[in-house]
Amino acid sequence: MSAELFLFWLMGAVTVASAVMVISAKNPVHSVLFLILCFFNAAGLFVLIGAEFLAMVLVVVYVGAVAVLFMFVVMMLDINFVRLREGFIEYLPVGALVGLVLLAELVLVAGTWAMREPTTPAAPALAEAVDNTRALGRLLYTEHFLVFQIAGLVLLVAIVGAIALTLRERVGVKRQDVARQVHRRPSETLVLERVEPGKGV
Amino acid sequence: MGELFTSTIWPLTVLVFQILAIVVPLLLAVAYLTYAERKVIAAMQLRQGPMVVGPYGLLQPLADGLKLFVKETVIPTGANKVVFVLAPMVTFILALIGWAVIPFGDGIVLADINVGVLYLFAVSSLGVYGIIMAGWASNSRYAFLGALRSSAQMVSYEIAIGLIIISVLISAGSLNLSAIVRAQAEQGWYVFWHFPMFMIFLVSILAETNRHPFDLPEDESSLVTGYNVEYSSMTFALFFLGEYANMILMSAIASVLFLGGWLPPFDVWPFTWIPGPLWLILKICLVLFVFIWARATLPRYRYDQLMRLGWKVLLPLSLAWVVLTAGVVLAFDLAPSAAG
Repeated sequence: MSAELFLFWLMGAVTVASAVMVISAKNPVHSVLFLILCFFNAAGLFVLIGAEFLAMVLVVVYVGAVAVLFMFVVMMLDINFVRLREGFIEYLPVGALVGLVLLAELVLVAGTWAMREPTTPAAPALAEAVDNTRALGRLLYTEHFLVFQIAGLVLLVAIVGAIALTLRERVGVKRQDVARQVHRRPSETLVLERVEPGKGV
Repeated sequence: MGELFTSTIWPLTVLVFQILAIVVPLLLAVAYLTYAERKVIAAMQLRQGPMVVGPYGLLQPLADGLKLFVKETVIPTGANKVVFVLAPMVTFILALIGWAVIPFGDGIVLADINVGVLYLFAVSSLGVYGIIMAGWASNSRYAFLGALRSSAQMVSYEIAIGLIIISVLISAGSLNLSAIVRAQAEQGWYVFWHFPMFMIFLVSILAETNRHPFDLPEDESSLVTGYNVEYSSMTFALFFLGEYANMILMSAIASVLFLGGWLPPFDVWPFTWIPGPLWLILKICLVLFVFIWARATLPRYRYDQLMRLGWKVLLPLSLAWVVLTAGVVLAFDLAPSAAG
């Protein structure tokens, strides 16, 4: 067995196992940690097929940013596990139904995908030796420029939306206004008085 | 058997020795960085610093290490044991694996990968996990507060670091660290072209490594040292080593991105005579000195001031610089043609 094949099986197995643990772990923080392990192994698989840029972006964006926020939220939660398990039998039929629908869809998609003859040739070989960062950049900024920009705009709308949803004006909060502090002059705030001894101000 | 030996075992053995050749000096450097820190701060405060163990206190780091090693590892009753033990390991391992892509000289690099900068950025953005896991698993309020402060802080300053890295990438035209250094050989060091970004980078790496004046996660006066308060013995030592190894790693990144990596400052005789790795080490020491200098000089930031500095000052500045760099490169057609 070649080293690459061994690594593929190892990382694939850990990916699947940790994905299962994400939904079966009792402690939600453990779930997030398993999710991170899953992301890592997916990044490893990306490296194995030579998509190093995607691998790094996966780690930076999902593990370095998104999962940190998940972790934040999950650590703050005060979850009562007994109450969470209540009504498990009650909701089981609905859950099973949703699961079945999803499974059927997946099987259908996977089935057609596997059966179709390859109509398009595999990814066209690049004329020159270009690393995949450069190749991705060229594609994104030329052929898919519009889609790329629209994706950026969607993200911008999401940012503005998140801020609009959470921003609230609170009264009675003292805030530091740096510009005001910097522009304060001694003449506006200081008064020098000559005080006679024994008299007071 | 012979084929297996030449195809797998021999390369693996070489790799292990290469890794050891990086890790062992690094750990030694970490030990003596703690010594250097105490000595430099002592000199700045007109004290002598460690003087008792060995000549000029030179064996002090080893004595400290031994002391931590023989102490008892205490795991709090309410702690989440697996995560509690995992957290210092994560911090320490992450501080070490970043070194895989640092070029010590032309061609002297463990893994010369195409996305070296992104790899370093990924590793440094993962550093937050060690702290957040430690804070949560300790099941202690102080530790948790420290972890929360730290993760918010590190996520905030990473954005500025990312944008600064983009400016450097636009100038160098490559994500490969060796290629970035070679580009600096042609264009001059980026500390001259991107001087404001170099300053912002220095401030950001101080915040990223939780060092003074941004050491709020371990603010002893309000958090009794924060996220690592429940740790003792070797688990504490791993955090400590990880923090210092991270400082050295960040200094190495600053040296490679801005100070020309292994390049001598002038391409003339007495300077070119000194080998490249030594130049890199000298530059790393210079940046480390700034770390220590800042600690000896500056008071600690207030938390809201820290956040405002990151989001309202450094982020817009570095974003504007990215636009400026891209504009200048486009207008004067300076884009490096280096393929690969």
